[in-house]
Amino acid sequence: MNDDRPDGLSVRDVRVSFDGFTAVDGVSLEVPAGDIRFLIGPNGAGKTTVVDAITGLVRATGSVCFGDQELLGRPVHRISRLGVGRTFQTSTIFEELSVLQNLDIAAGARRGWASLARRRRGIPDDVAAALETIGLTGRADQLAGTLAHGQKQWLEIGMLLVQDARLLLLDEPVAGMSHEERDATGALLETVSRDRTVVVIEHDMDFLRRFARSVTVLHAGRVLSEGTVAQVQADPRVQEVYLGHPVETGSVPSGLEA
Amino acid sequence: MTAVTPAPPSAAGAPAPTDAAPPNRPGGRSRLPAAAGFACGAALLFAVAPLALSDFRLALLAKYLCVAMVAVGIGIAWGRGGLLTLGQGVFFGLGGYAMAMHLKLADAGPGGMPDFMQLYGQLDELPVWWRPFASPWFALPATVLLPMAVAFGLGSLVFRRRVRGAYFAILSQALAAAMVILLIGQQGTTGGTNGLTDIQGFFGYDLDDPVNQRMVYFIIAGVLLALLALARQLVHSRYGELLVAVRDSEERVRFLGYDPASVKLVAYVVAAGMAGLAGALFVPAVGIISPALIGIVPSIEFVIGVAVGGRATLLGPVLGAVAVAWARTALSERFPGTWTYLQGLLFVVVVAFLPGGLASLWALARRRGAERAEVSTS
Repeated sequence: MNDDRPDGLSVRDVRVSFDGFTAVDGVSLEVPAGDIRFLIGPNGAGKTTVVDAITGLVRATGSVCFGDQELLGRPVHRISRLGVGRTFQTSTIFEELSVLQNLDIAAGARRGWASLARRRRGIPDDVAAALETIGLTGRADQLAGTLAHGQKQWLEIGMLLVQDARLLLLDEPVAGMSHEERDATGALLETVSRDRTVVVIEHDMDFLRRFARSVTVLHAGRVLSEGTVAQVQADPRVQEVYLGHPVETGSVPSGLEA
Repeated sequence: MTAVTPAPPSAAGAPAPTDAAPPNRPGGRSRLPAAAGFACGAALLFAVAPLALSDFRLALLAKYLCVAMVAVGIGIAWGRGGLLTLGQGVFFGLGGYAMAMHLKLADAGPGGMPDFMQLYGQLDELPVWWRPFASPWFALPATVLLPMAVAFGLGSLVFRRRVRGAYFAILSQALAAAMVILLIGQQGTTGGTNGLTDIQGFFGYDLDDPVNQRMVYFIIAGVLLALLALARQLVHSRYGELLVAVRDSEERVRFLGYDPASVKLVAYVVAAGMAGLAGALFVPAVGIISPALIGIVPSIEFVIGVAVGGRATLLGPVLGAVAVAWARTALSERFPGTWTYLQGLLFVVVVAFLPGGLASLWALARRRGAERAEVSTS
């Protein structure tokens, strides 16, 4: 895979409808390479659906390009092989397998069938590097199901790293994490974004203020506002959507969790 | 959150001490006990059983071991891959019929026709699709490749369309029903309900001779061990890990860039090949293959043996299949007619109280033992 030129994500006029209900109504986004973009918005704004559309989980119209590759219309596993990786709101690691096996499987989609037929010997370099990055080197042989909540999320991110995803789409990565875990996750995102593009769906405003490089606010399937954290927070439309009326900037919007 | 204080990711890239990770322990399994177990199994099958059992019992064991081969395949497809195949009888039958057709033609001699065709078929010459089976070079590979090809065709359609769970089980069962109907309907060329019976010779050896029956037993035992070795390699390979991953979270695997349909297809095709080989060896061991041996009921019985033994383990399916088949014979000899009820009861008990099968008792006992040891040392 090419590492010399990290690619940006370009979403143009994407629409998704389910049985007549329009969940995403013409969303356009430009996420430059190396960005950490936060997608926020009230429940039902269409954040996860946008990610679903990008990764091929739901049908969409419009255009989604990663680098110079059009993603819409391709099956999920092909999109993944183009370097697009995602996590889900609920942890989806393989709980019955060890941490090492989880990472090894994530690394394996580019391997040939011949290597699949063999047994794993030792720890591949890319897997070792990912273990190091996510801080789970000492737990490589532990069953993934027995990890703490935060560690499971890091394992998810580690799987995206060995998968060689160059665009990471993370759906609420710090939900349910302690403060220390959030800090560690933020630092991890910063490391990861050096040679990758990161898009994060998140409700945690404190986390957003500290780690977002840019923010897109969705509301009712459309882009409401976009810019830096300060710009978005100053936008009266954003405050209205979140709190029902304009308020001072800087207060933490409440009532966002389901 | 809780009191768990996790090691935060060393995002700055500072190398953390890596003392806790034991190197080179793939999956935490060592090879020595496996080799010892394999040797034990070989000794049992090749030395103890032939010495301890009468010719009649040994022939029965040969039959059970064929069922065990099917079980090894189901263990991979169902235990590891989560594919509840309720129609393995189809593949068992394809292998069995391919072998029986060849043996019937060999019995009839060059240019001859199997006896039953003259009886009901009023055929003047051999049907075209029988002819290639006269050659062992066609028939023997066909016993394995034919079932695999059918599984490949069906699996490609079904897995790509994301048919899973109960729907897959029902579909595979329907296939078994369809095959039986087809065989019975084409009585003139398939032997109908009777199947292909009265097989005399096996590549020049008279099957009535106890010595040759013994040879067939040894072949079957050897093949079973080979299939077990193959299954072990498969289960412990990267593919084996991937198959479990697909079973537990198919969507996630798809997002890692794999096509789960191909992963499942391989398991299904391998299981079909094993069932085909089992069917092929069943024919010389028992001397008959018929629709009653490959329909829905036998297909379910294959699965019951696997469930009782423990589907997710390597040996569980084999032991379960042999135990259930043996219990069936033993009980049918003494209390004819009760077996069906007992089999149903056994299945219900295992599913309700011991979903891991008998193999999980072993794991449970080991855990208990370890706990007791811990208690006594502290």
